[in-house]
Amino acid sequence: MKAQHAVRLGLRRGWFEFAQSVRSTQDQGFYLFTAFLVVGYLFLRRNTEVEGTDLLLPSVALPSILGALIAFGVVVGPAYALAMEKEDGTLLRHKAVPHGLAGYFTGQLVFQTLSLLPQMVVILLPSFLLFEDLMTDSSGWLTVAWVLLLGLLAALPIGMIIGALVPSTQKVGTWGMLPIMVLAGISGIFYPLQQLWAWVQVVAQAFPMYWLGLGMRSAFLPETAAALEIGESWRTLETVLVLGTWAVVGALVTPRVLRRMSRRSTGSQVQAAREAAVQWVR
Amino acid sequence: MLSTEVFTRLVRVEIAIEVRDLLMRYGDNDVLTGVDFDVHTDEVVCLLGPNGAGKTTTIEILEGFRIRSGGHVDVLGQDPAHADEDWRARTGVVLQSWRDHPRWTPRRLLTQLGGYFEPYATPERQRPYDVDELLETVGLTALADRKLTALSGGQRRRLDVAIGIVGRPELLFLDEPTAGFDPQARREFHQLVQRLAGLEHTTILLTTHDLDEAEKLADRVLILAGGRIVADDSPDGLARRFAGEAEVHWSVDGQRFVRKTGDPTGFVRNLFAQDGDAVQDLDIRRASLEDAYLSLVQQHESGHADAAVRLFKEVTR
Repeated sequence: MKAQHAVRLGLRRGWFEFAQSVRSTQDQGFYLFTAFLVVGYLFLRRNTEVEGTDLLLPSVALPSILGALIAFGVVVGPAYALAMEKEDGTLLRHKAVPHGLAGYFTGQLVFQTLSLLPQMVVILLPSFLLFEDLMTDSSGWLTVAWVLLLGLLAALPIGMIIGALVPSTQKVGTWGMLPIMVLAGISGIFYPLQQLWAWVQVVAQAFPMYWLGLGMRSAFLPETAAALEIGESWRTLETVLVLGTWAVVGALVTPRVLRRMSRRSTGSQVQAAREAAVQWVR
Repeated sequence: MLSTEVFTRLVRVEIAIEVRDLLMRYGDNDVLTGVDFDVHTDEVVCLLGPNGAGKTTTIEILEGFRIRSGGHVDVLGQDPAHADEDWRARTGVVLQSWRDHPRWTPRRLLTQLGGYFEPYATPERQRPYDVDELLETVGLTALADRKLTALSGGQRRRLDVAIGIVGRPELLFLDEPTAGFDPQARREFHQLVQRLAGLEHTTILLTTHDLDEAEKLADRVLILAGGRIVADDSPDGLARRFAGEAEVHWSVDGQRFVRKTGDPTGFVRNLFAQDGDAVQDLDIRRASLEDAYLSLVQQHESGHADAAVRLFKEVTR
């Protein structure tokens, strides 16, 4: 009963954080900046044909980039949020109220999930105005929905675990951003995976990012475009299996890691982080 | 006749915090080497000590935020290391924030965090506090809807206090609440704590390294040094222990006098009996424990904790 009450407060917290974020010029700037880069890139290459098909580059690249951005957002977003909020006392404040941690983590889930929406809207809206033949069949939106949901469940825990384990916010770059950038580089977003070494292909297919991109392509592109993929198929079953496995493992491991992190959170830790931050700025 | 069990429970109600032989070790470093004290219900107790004496460690153990190395700790009838959420609802912690919730307003943050206490309301203890009333109490009404980034350090700390008490705690912890305050903010803060202690039946345990603050706020002062409690008394009692003698200053017909005496009250009574209305400028100065405390701090911070404690104990006896 009381824990449910806390979860409800967490939902409210997540919604409020989201509303604040959408209203903040800083976050608006970030959304518009990424949208500008993505749409700009696609616009410059709007007439490029993709080899071996009669498709234009924006049609093929947009779903891949969307998949990568989602993966990036739900990993790096919570990683930064948790790393910061265990240092600045947000986590501790919730530890000091009954069932506060349940509320806090619910809030994080809601906020990080909702944050994907403006990101997607600012990219999709201009893209659909500027480019033709983006979505072959409108039933693709259904696929977008389940790929998004499953991808979220698969990747979000990774971000939370990174955020829980990093020793300080400044280390999120090395622990979180760097591996994600490398993954983005090898996940078949900017060029087909088949052109890379075999072992790189294995690594890329072990992580959710590749499958998010593949799932998104299957949603947007015509059936014939599957010829470009490994095995010349959308491999929908494999997508569900890989993303599902990550989601299940994440759901099992994350609460434990978060509990461990919360147990270690103390006022002295917050104080030490504050002093370190002051030093760093100087 | 009360059964032992009932009797123990009745006594328990009176004791909010019981600490026996508390030990804390970080690697090879013994921070607490056997801390013993009690805090009674409705008492304001100040844990005083030099920096690095283990005050924060002690209070974090009592808050349930840090796991001790050994000893017995009982806070509101539970071991804080394994306490449940119901226990959490009865305690309040004033944390030192610095950049959390930058986009939130005091009103929203208090409403959100206070919300967690709603299921714990009882007929005699309405939980949480009414947010407007609380903002008024800590003097943040005018800033209630400003973003937290717009608050000054002192205002932020008052918000910290508001968050600490929003659940109407039976027991409130404050760790170095006035560190970094200017004198004005410090004074306002002291008034706030005194109001809290008087208004609600709130037991308060706070830490400070400032003797003056401890004397102002506390019903009882515990001095922590060298890993243990070296003095445990009311501020007056502590002062008396140092002050074997008081200095009486007065003047008669413009001539000034000073006399040291162990019994200033009796001395002054005699003085008036003798000189009556001629006695002017009367001033009784009790030697404060300031000097003893300062030398304790000095020695402690230069790394001679044991020697400092020995000397301090000799003076206090």
